[in-house]
Amino acid sequence: MAKNEIKYLTAIKQEKPKKKFCRFRKYGIKYVDYKDIEFLKKFINEQGKLLPRRLSGNSLKYQRKVQEAVKKARQMALLPYVTDLLK
Amino acid sequence: MNHYELMVIFTPVLSDEDYKAAQKKYADLVAELGGAAVHSHPWGLKSLAYPIQKKTTGIYWVFEFTAPSSANEKLKIQLLRDEKVMRHMITRLDKYAVEYNHVKRNGGFAMQNKEKQEA
Repeated sequence: MAKNEIKYLTAIKQEKPKKKFCRFRKYGIKYVDYKDIEFLKKFINEQGKLLPRRLSGNSLKYQRKVQEAVKKARQMALLPYVTDLLK
Repeated sequence: MNHYELMVIFTPVLSDEDYKAAQKKYADLVAELGGAAVHSHPWGLKSLAYPIQKKTTGIYWVFEFTAPSSANEKLKIQLLRDEKVMRHMITRLDKYAVEYNHVKRNGGFAMQNKEKQEA
């Protein structure tokens, strides 16, 4: 066995994933407007479904505000309930 | 006197003066019920994300007002009775929302904080 060839049990992590932060706390946004669709689109995926907190990086308090705003926007036909290639 | 925001979708076949008449009717109704109009913002004809009552477009109207909490019930009855209205939603605005709307109306968010809430 070549001496210099080191076998790692687990793959070494190359790049550190970008540290997620809650944009609402960072930028001091207090209210999520359900009429502002461009902003809400950041929190839904291509099918128009809400992104989970681990992907959107929101804190619980603001994730609920986003969820409420998206549901209101869907109710008022500003956002579709289900679609494909939304972006 | 709470802050409320009413959003109404009218049928697209509504003519322009009917649209204005409907806005005036509801604004007067709110005033008559003891409320006060804060801001009316007609969006006009917009395409809907999904068809409502077999129609794919609708005329939007956003109306912000302050009213006693008892006024909403009568407003809702009028809105449900009016067949020109396809869908409506009354939301209560907390103090952050009121402040947000105020700043937005005075162009406060124009590229102020990077990519967050663009105007």
